Amino acid sequence: MDKQTPLVEMKNMSIAFGGIRAVDDVTVDLYPGEVVGLLGHNGAGKSTLIKMLSGAYQGEGDIYVNGEKVEIHNPRDARNYNIETIYQTLALADNLDAAANLFLGRELMTPAGTLDDDAMEAETRKIMGRLNPNFQKFSAPVSALSGGQRQSVAIARAVYFNAKILIMDEPTAALGPHETQMVAELIQQLKAEGIGIFLIDHDVHAVLELCDRASVMKNGQLVGTVNIPDVTDDDLLSMIILGKKPGEKAEGAEA
Amino acid sequence: MQDNAKSFFSKLGIDTRLLGMIGALVVLWIVFDVITGGRFLTPRNLFNLSVQTASVAVMATGMVFVIVTRNIDLSVGSMLGFIGMTVAALQVQVLPDILGLGHWSIWIIAALAAILMGAVLGAFQGWIIGYLTVPAFIVTLGGFLVYRGAMWWVTKGQTQAPLDATFRLMGGGAEGTLGETLSWGFGIVAAVAAVVLILMSRRRKAGHGFTVKPVWAEGILIALAAGLILCFVWVMNSYPIAKGAMKRIARAEGIELTEGMVWYHGVAIPVVILLAVTVIMTIVASRTRFGRYIYATGGNPEAAELSGINTRLLTVKIFALMGALTGIASIIASARLNAVDVGLGTLDELRVIAAAVIGGTALSGGFGTIYGAVIGALIMQSLQSGMASVGVDAPLQSIVVGIVLVFAVWVDIVYRRRTGQ
Repeated sequence: MDKQTPLVEMKNMSIAFGGIRAVDDVTVDLYPGEVVGLLGHNGAGKSTLIKMLSGAYQGEGDIYVNGEKVEIHNPRDARNYNIETIYQTLALADNLDAAANLFLGRELMTPAGTLDDDAMEAETRKIMGRLNPNFQKFSAPVSALSGGQRQSVAIARAVYFNAKILIMDEPTAALGPHETQMVAELIQQLKAEGIGIFLIDHDVHAVLELCDRASVMKNGQLVGTVNIPDVTDDDLLSMIILGKKPGEKAEGAEA
Repeated sequence: MQDNAKSFFSKLGIDTRLLGMIGALVVLWIVFDVITGGRFLTPRNLFNLSVQTASVAVMATGMVFVIVTRNIDLSVGSMLGFIGMTVAALQVQVLPDILGLGHWSIWIIAALAAILMGAVLGAFQGWIIGYLTVPAFIVTLGGFLVYRGAMWWVTKGQTQAPLDATFRLMGGGAEGTLGETLSWGFGIVAAVAAVVLILMSRRRKAGHGFTVKPVWAEGILIALAAGLILCFVWVMNSYPIAKGAMKRIARAEGIELTEGMVWYHGVAIPVVILLAVTVIMTIVASRTRFGRYIYATGGNPEAAELSGINTRLLTVKIFALMGALTGIASIIASARLNAVDVGLGTLDELRVIAAAVIGGTALSGGFGTIYGAVIGALIMQSLQSGMASVGVDAPLQSIVVGIVLVFAVWVDIVYRRRTGQ
């Protein structure tokens, strides 16, 4: 699979906020049908790194999609490259209903140029029927939904628009065991469809279970990228906590 | 019993907040009518009430968008005065010299100038708020002072009067109405449009296989909508024009007046303008991308930006729209008085904000309806004219309006907490 062109390559990414280098010269890549975990403590820079891919932040470095260099200046650009993001905060407008959130920024319009709310609701019913058949509250604002229901709206938004590259920022943080299992199944399903997924998490076990590879970050820098079958949870933990790659004796030497 | 009533209204699909506001309005009207011994609910008073409400209500529809996006506009009263004075000077001092006194195009140029001026001033404020990120409260507080001062500079404080005769029609009065026949035509067209819209929406929903309201509920809604519109026209058509004004109109139009002849007002032109603004703003709020983005930004600004919405440009557009509506309100207010003095629009910003807030617009952002703001303006105006006709002193009027404003917002907060919004 290394011979293939990566779906995404982020090379030498850096960004600083007020003198603090939140992300410092990080390079990661992602292949079709692959799940790459991004691990690290809070503040390690994993969310910031990924926000440069989703267009929320503009930093330095080069981004390649399917081997071609791209410029991503805003979330709209990212969406045009079929990069979809499920944010940790879910990024839902609580006062709007599920359909309005799902289509936010990409509304379906009638021929007369007005919002086609009925068509959007019909589409929302279809996709929610697939993702979360129990979902019924189509006319309520999303503030009235449970954590899992809100999560499924955020996931539906990413899936509906044919994501090729999916970024999931702690998708199971607010979920119960049953819903977590649902997300795990969904990830397997999307993987089988050839979608590449960046999964940000600080739960080592979730990453071991769901990911093919993992990139670990600490203090804005990349500790290393490992193949999941080659490592144990202790290896990953020592990368996260001590910043050491497996087999490494001291910080700094490449394995 | 209570549960029955609840399910009855939920089947009708009318939200309880609207019912509450209409209930408050009806109670207010009945109380004033009883106290004044039947002088409040007369065609004459309702006609005046509708005209007096128009200017503030037009601005309140724009204030909904401003407040929904967690901003505020304190400048609208001063801006109304500044625009009113400029446009009055334009039609009293400038245009007659160029085009000749009473030229047919003066009112069009003046009206367009008012709207354009408002849009430009508003857009400029919106640019400072959106792109330079100065808080709206400060920017519009600055505007509040700047426009009131600028208004004085336009004419060195001189009152401008009289305004162009055609322009004046937009302020209401005996001439500034649709007249009986046109009013009926207007009412019938509006009623038919309302019925068609309700039926079309029902067919679209059924086409997608959604559950629709029961037929009886839809029937009641249609009857209510058409009935209210036609009832309003009937009341406006029951207010006879005074003898003096009749003679004036008859002379102007070359009609022979005979004994026992009676003409009626009909719907006032400023009210027609208000209704048009209300319909257009409702469509903008609920049927366009612009409106959807306004509510999304108010609900969660970060989510809106992550969805690719340019929230800065959105702020510019919202304030430009607020300004344009202030321009329209300025036309109505100056035309109604047939003169502009330096006090025009004083305290209007507070009336407009109060109308929007009483109408259910949440200062925390994300919630607010156009019809709510219009009804809010009507409630405020009813309270004020009602107290005036009862004979309450002006200082006491202010006290009552202030208390009612705080009380209404408290009720709204309790309502939101109960319904979990």
